[in-house]
Amino acid sequence: MKKAFWLAGAMVLALAQPASAGDTIKIGFVSTFSGPTAVIGNDMRNSFELALDHLGRKMAGKPVEVIYEDDGQKPDVGKQKTEKLIQSDKVDFIVGYIWSNVLLASLKTAVDSKTFLITANAGPSQLAGELCSPYVFSTSWQNDQTPQAVGTYMNQKGVKSVFLIGPNYAAGKDMLAGVKSTFKGQVVGEEYTVWPSQLDFSAELTKAKNSKAESIFVFYPGAAGVQFLNQYAQAGLKGQIPLYTAFTIDELTLPLQKENALGIPGAQQWVNDLPFPENKKFVEDYRKKYTGLRPTFYGAQSYDAANLINSAVVAVKGDTSKKDEMKAEMEKANFKSVRGPFKYGNNHIPIQNFYLQDVVKDADGQLSLKTVATIVENDQDRYHDKCPMKK
Amino acid sequence: MLVLIEQSLNGLQFGLLLFLLAAGLTLVFGIMDFVNLAHGSLYMMGAYFAATFVAWTNSFVLGILMALGATLLLGIALEFIALRHLYGRDHLDQVLATFGLILFFNDAVRLIWGPAGLSLPLPAWLTVPVQIVPGVFYPAYRLSIIVVALAVAAMLYFVVMRTRIGMLIRAGASNREMIGALGINIKLLFTLVFGLGAALAGLAGLMQAPILTVQIGMGENILILAFVIIVIGGIGSIRGAFMAAIFVGMIDTLGRAFLPDLLRTVLSSAAASTAAPALSSMLIYLLMAIVLVVRPEGLFPASKR
Repeated sequence: MKKAFWLAGAMVLALAQPASAGDTIKIGFVSTFSGPTAVIGNDMRNSFELALDHLGRKMAGKPVEVIYEDDGQKPDVGKQKTEKLIQSDKVDFIVGYIWSNVLLASLKTAVDSKTFLITANAGPSQLAGELCSPYVFSTSWQNDQTPQAVGTYMNQKGVKSVFLIGPNYAAGKDMLAGVKSTFKGQVVGEEYTVWPSQLDFSAELTKAKNSKAESIFVFYPGAAGVQFLNQYAQAGLKGQIPLYTAFTIDELTLPLQKENALGIPGAQQWVNDLPFPENKKFVEDYRKKYTGLRPTFYGAQSYDAANLINSAVVAVKGDTSKKDEMKAEMEKANFKSVRGPFKYGNNHIPIQNFYLQDVVKDADGQLSLKTVATIVENDQDRYHDKCPMKK
Repeated sequence: MLVLIEQSLNGLQFGLLLFLLAAGLTLVFGIMDFVNLAHGSLYMMGAYFAATFVAWTNSFVLGILMALGATLLLGIALEFIALRHLYGRDHLDQVLATFGLILFFNDAVRLIWGPAGLSLPLPAWLTVPVQIVPGVFYPAYRLSIIVVALAVAAMLYFVVMRTRIGMLIRAGASNREMIGALGINIKLLFTLVFGLGAALAGLAGLMQAPILTVQIGMGENILILAFVIIVIGGIGSIRGAFMAAIFVGMIDTLGRAFLPDLLRTVLSSAAASTAAPALSSMLIYLLMAIVLVVRPEGLFPASKR
């Protein structure tokens, strides 16, 4: 009886859902809004909302509705939320995804339903290669690209040997593989840690120290990056073995890492001080709208995602049923990215520059990230040949 | 050889930290027969208090002492307001109620301190590595964790084995009804034990804080390990918790340190690097499973009830 009641209720609710009549542009946004990494999700949401403000909260004259869903950093939850957004909310676009493992779990649902998925962070190698899809676009990078740039930079510095440490999940493996593919010196050791539960890296740091490597490379996004730098400094390694990083120091972790992060280089496709007018507007308005906060690369990618969607919606004059035309428009990357030069490869992964960033004290005496040099220009990921889509 | 010494110290430090957390849990579980899932929240509160007080007072030692007192008071208040009404209920009710407390504490922290987490910087004299034997440098702070935890363990041993309160605690662990019948104020004893457990959890949290970040939900992963330890050591037994915590700390750290190299001798390098962290995190659960089969009452059970 009770069951029948619930069932009836659910059906009424399902009927009450407005059909996708096309008077609003519906966007689903899957990211992490709870737990220790919620700060990343918040930054992505803030930036996406700011982009909508800049667009007048309309695309091709139609109001935009965004539904935010929390994946809790768990692949199974992310998949459920993706299904919910596509099947019951009937969104036109689905955006977000911080974590490669969450994206990989959710990918099939989006592709099978021919819903456009814009990943605003995760870039697993599979997505750039065999799993590439006409319905999937990235406004970030493929995981290997950033550490590849770090490897190139280490070659420039004449580093002879490195010890690699990273988390044991899809992105961690891509990151370490990325450094190895460009770094010309010797890789003396490679350690993977349990993700996301392991937060104490004493055993790994001891091994790195005893390996006599000339340098250490790590990839630890979010709070894990704070913990790693703490322990690296406490072990007295800071003056001893130089550290190179990818996605370990950003505007969210920097207030916690403080002096520990000073002088530790990393590579990134976006840095807050890039001299493009779109970027200045983004950074300034972000700091105005969200006082006390600074945008991160996660946010910059989400901001770009909103503009990419807008370009597609404008091209079809708001008729989101014209999927082929929207796809063709997005492939042109017909929008101004805050990171500057931006075009798409055959696999819908950006071809873009990677910059060397350093931690410095800015004019207000606060620690901030600064662009030092361009490491590689117009870099394309190394999996695009494996993607069956051709230009 | 030197590497082995250093990795063993890492394991010892991790084990002792786990002991502080497990000691409180085993006391509360063993003596009061109360399942407290919110023990990890007290660990988190200890860390948040420490980060706040150290920032206020600008003194690391003073801030930490204040945080310790605050966690003790919080534990006593928690017991007095909420938990003492649950003693007569069965374990499922207690699990549900204390799980609710976890959610309460997580959101309370989010409201008070915000979602971003805090950092607890160390004073300069604790950030330098110390040479313990020629050729082995060890972080001073980790060394101080070992010293403090060993001192606390010794003190706990003295209190439990050599004082009147300790006698009552041991009597409570063996037979709760009997000491009540002998006219001991069991309510007061329970409040005291719970406060002590809370302070120990807070101590573990605030000592871990400079190594990790202070963040919401930081107590949840480590609580699982604490439960594993009290199961291995025997519920209610401080000595068991101590031995089991050292075992678990050592197995976990040495597994992470040496398993990848061992596996590399039989597997390809890539396969070994991915399999090793998974296997080493399984080792402690394997140990627990074996203990449960061979000695279900734990390795060092408290005296029989």
